[in-house]
Amino acid sequence: MSTVTLPYSRHKHADPVAGEPAVAVAIERAYYPGTSEPALQNIRLRVPVQARVALVGPNGAGKSTLLKAIAGLLPVQAGAIHIYGRPVGDCRHRVAYLPQRSDIDWRFPADVRRLVMTGRYVHLGWLRRPGPADAALVDQVMARLGIAHLAERQIGELSGGQQQRALLARALAQDADLLLLDEPLNAVDIETRAVVAEVLAELRRTGKTVVAATHDLGRLEADFDGALYLSEGYEVAAPPGSFAGLNLGHELPEGARHSH
Amino acid sequence: MAWLTDPLRYSFMLTGLLAATLVGLTCAVLGVYVVLRRMAFIGDALAHTILPGVVAAYLAGWNLTLGALAAGLLTALGIGWFARRQALREDTAIGILFTGMFALGILLMSTVRSFRDFSHILFGNILGVTAGDLWLMAGVTALVLAALWLFDKELELTSFDPTHAEAIGLRADLIRYGLLGLLALTVVTGIQVVGVVLTSALLITPAAAASLLTNRLPRMMALAAGVAVSAGILGLYVSYYFDVASGASIVLACTAFFGLAWALRTARGGR
Repeated sequence: MSTVTLPYSRHKHADPVAGEPAVAVAIERAYYPGTSEPALQNIRLRVPVQARVALVGPNGAGKSTLLKAIAGLLPVQAGAIHIYGRPVGDCRHRVAYLPQRSDIDWRFPADVRRLVMTGRYVHLGWLRRPGPADAALVDQVMARLGIAHLAERQIGELSGGQQQRALLARALAQDADLLLLDEPLNAVDIETRAVVAEVLAELRRTGKTVVAATHDLGRLEADFDGALYLSEGYEVAAPPGSFAGLNLGHELPEGARHSH
Repeated sequence: MAWLTDPLRYSFMLTGLLAATLVGLTCAVLGVYVVLRRMAFIGDALAHTILPGVVAAYLAGWNLTLGALAAGLLTALGIGWFARRQALREDTAIGILFTGMFALGILLMSTVRSFRDFSHILFGNILGVTAGDLWLMAGVTALVLAALWLFDKELELTSFDPTHAEAIGLRADLIRYGLLGLLALTVVTGIQVVGVVLTSALLITPAAAASLLTNRLPRMMALAAGVAVSAGILGLYVSYYFDVASGASIVLACTAFFGLAWALRTARGGR
């Protein structure tokens, strides 16, 4: 079997730098293309390897945007993000990003197995097709998330919760060390909630690093080691009495703290 | 069965049937992506913007197909370029580009005394297909099928989840450029069969018919190809026996198949 990989990215897949945090964010300003108002400002964040960190805030606070920036989907005009000590983009094979459901065209004629299989593409690169090992891994993660019986279904025929589990299955199929999860528990049924919670617990046991956007304040302490609070694109202090957890090792620059 | 074999005595019918098969196949499989990625308008625009290229090549005494190819690829690049700047909505940008280019083509045409020379470009001339044209069509078919086979996982992923594609370093815009380039090549061959005005029908109608009947991508492509090739052959026979325009007959046959697919879907209880 040929093992030559032609990665999609111009960057070669680089190995993590020992001793560096999984994520190190130092953003002065980041804009969406074609906008003049910064989407993110003055954000410092260090996520140690194996930590689980929540990004907390109301809708529009910048949680998804920050995750997109960490995933390399949003250019940072002023500042820098490092993943395992490397610039964003060099460690794509070690990072899995769980998008919001609305980012996907669910009417496309693909079945669930195919969707989950796309999690293997980062390792396959150009021209290589999924092999038996990829297929086995895909079957395994589908079973873990309780969607094995839906494997042949067209993705649009799934319920919202099942779609969320399929996306999480894909993220797991990437076999990444760092998982960036955008609202993994947003508007899902009780069964999905239980399955996702189980997966999160398992990620902790297996030493994966997780950064997740959430606006569910109730379970922060149980599910996460630390939290970063955001509001209108700024980092804000933890509200009094709320979960702070792990010191995320960031020093806010003078005057950066925004009062909202 | 004589009615079936009679027309085959003529070599122009044989080349016509071969051309309809090659072009139908290519348009149909590529058309599935055109339909799924909501690029129907771009397909139509590409066909129209080719006109000034063909007319300019004619006036300069160059090869018409090369003129068409140049104009098609230029438009594909132009649309891609416009889409990346975000000053205009993409469909608006395409609308401007497409009507402007088409008008330029008509303007150039009006400088030539005999307007008739160009009716073949507007409405197709499948019975005038030469051996050289057939080779070009076969080449385009081979290229399109090879590209769809080699890059199937990338085309599929960027179609339904461009965010994930970008997250793993696969540039969705690169795939889109590639697709537009293939589309330009395909449209140039389609023009020979049904003309500038109707080429988008070959891209869209068979693929849309197939999309009503299945939600498996490979099956959708196979069905679309079946529809397009059958419509091509059926249209040619109709045109032969009733002495009507071949391009229009082929497109109407596609439309009839679409109606059939719609009826089948309704009968199966779909909405």
